[in-house]
Amino acid sequence: MSTILDIDGVNKTFGGLHALSDVNLKIEAGETHAIIGPNGAGKSTLLNCCIGRLIPDNGSVTFNGKNMIGMKAHDINHAGMVRVFQTPEIFPELSLLQNVMIPALAKRDGTFTFNPFKALAKEKEIRAEAMDTLADFELDKFHHKLAGSISRGDKRRLELAMGLIQHPTLLLLDEPTAGMARHDTNRTIDLLKSEKMSNMTKVIIEHDMHVVFSLADRISVLARGHIIATGTPDEIKNDQKVKDAYLGEGEGDDE
Amino acid sequence: MLVFAAVVLSAPIWLTPLGASYPDLLQKFAIFGIFAIGFNILFGLTGYLSFGHATFLGVGSYTAVWAFKLLSMNVIPAILLGTAMSGLFALAIGYLSLRRSGIYFSILTLAFAQMSYSLAYSVLTPITNGETGLQLSQQDPRVIDGLFGVVVKDGLPSTNLFTISMSGLSGFYFCAVMLIIAFYISLKIFRSPFGLKLRAIKSNQTRMKYTGFNTRPYLLSSFVISGMYAGLAGSLMAVTDPLAGAERMQWTASGEVVLMTILGGAGTLVGPLLGATIIKYFENIFSALNLGELHKIFASLPDTLENIVVAIINPFVGEGWHLMLGTLFMIIVIFLPGGIMEGLTRVVKFIKGILGFGKKQAVANVEVTRKGEAK
Repeated sequence: MSTILDIDGVNKTFGGLHALSDVNLKIEAGETHAIIGPNGAGKSTLLNCCIGRLIPDNGSVTFNGKNMIGMKAHDINHAGMVRVFQTPEIFPELSLLQNVMIPALAKRDGTFTFNPFKALAKEKEIRAEAMDTLADFELDKFHHKLAGSISRGDKRRLELAMGLIQHPTLLLLDEPTAGMARHDTNRTIDLLKSEKMSNMTKVIIEHDMHVVFSLADRISVLARGHIIATGTPDEIKNDQKVKDAYLGEGEGDDE
Repeated sequence: MLVFAAVVLSAPIWLTPLGASYPDLLQKFAIFGIFAIGFNILFGLTGYLSFGHATFLGVGSYTAVWAFKLLSMNVIPAILLGTAMSGLFALAIGYLSLRRSGIYFSILTLAFAQMSYSLAYSVLTPITNGETGLQLSQQDPRVIDGLFGVVVKDGLPSTNLFTISMSGLSGFYFCAVMLIIAFYISLKIFRSPFGLKLRAIKSNQTRMKYTGFNTRPYLLSSFVISGMYAGLAGSLMAVTDPLAGAERMQWTASGEVVLMTILGGAGTLVGPLLGATIIKYFENIFSALNLGELHKIFASLPDTLENIVVAIINPFVGEGWHLMLGTLFMIIVIFLPGGIMEGLTRVVKFIKGILGFGKKQAVANVEVTRKGEAK
């Protein structure tokens, strides 16, 4: 297997707080890699450093052989690294269908295309693709509803759909099942495991151990800005340091 | 669209009972309609509130008058150049202003507008003729007209579209055709993927960036398009009355178009046009009412009642028409944040509720009402 995302010696401080200290992490192509850790361990900060929302103080982030640090968010997206947000970042004033069409258009049109005279109604392929993706998440029945008006769990699934429709090389999922009912969580797990997504490399931040152990090929544990362990689910389960730092306190946490 | 065109072109007939069918006012409806429709492409779609759009109106006017002076009294070069020149100005101002968003963007555009206004008044007097305003004169070169052997012998030449004089009703029809074209383009933009992306930027710009869009060029194109609409409106002003003054660039003019758009309903297709029409109607009709006319209107009431009603209404008309507009604006913004269009939608829903229409029927009705109100 080859390394697709190489996080090397990344540090990030906010004032006096060391959010990330010397984080090294290699994500292999095709794997599903879970990052777990207590609240405030720096998991979201790490993802933000990958997609250009934050710039690390030092260290490097290399994706597919390209340095990502200093790249614009939209260029990182087109390089094939796409993030699904923890708090749903959707377009509340647009319909569900439009919400999913936007990332599909981004995939086709690139960072900028000036096409004010093309009719949206003629974008049949994009529309069909968006409907299919919505159907995968059982959101197609109310595709005309405004995204701001649906339930929080539905928003999470919409957020996932928006990430998936871009068929990224690497999908960064920040707590994809937080706020979902158990039934939806299981459906999401099935979907993430499904054939459609099997060739996609995935990095998942998750609190729900059920999700982590159902999906992850490898797990890294982040605590107080340090990676304290990386390994297969079984190795992590039996790691004493991890037990001390994390699992011992909150095993079976359903959040 | 056909309905819209029919409604606009028949305006002189159906506006007669409202006392608004004289060409001067009709032209204003059309011109400010174009201005507001264009403003809506920026503000309604992207949510960026520009407080400096009058600059482009002014630039359009000056350019058009210069085109009349130097090239030809034909209106075609004037409106083409006016629109293009405003587009260039919008490109420069937009490029700088769009580095900021929210209130800072508004302040920047306001600053640029006031700067252009002051420049037009002072330093640029050779181009703008300062306080007097830019006017035509008999001695102007008019190169193209000269080539065709058109010579003006007495008085000032008047604007024309190949021999058709651009005054009175023909002037209105020219503006109306421009309005229909402008509306059609705005309709196309609203219903294009480009328009959808602009609305998505309004909804959540951060997300757009992480979805892979470079939002700046989108915002800039929308700024330039709306600047060109303003330029077209400005040059049409010069077409109907060939002189240009700096007061067209003043911030009150920029504020007016904001009012028009919000009053009618920002982000809706015909809302801004409605808003422009209503404001211009108020400005021209209510401001003309005086005490004597009020007494005539309410003459059928008993005398005491008549006096009371007139006393109440009097401060709101004539010189005080702004008070009327202000009150209306407050009512709309407080109770109908979506503008008049939201009000219409609610009325249609209400009627639908009473009559128990099927859903499809109701949707069709909304369409009909909207088109009907496109007047």
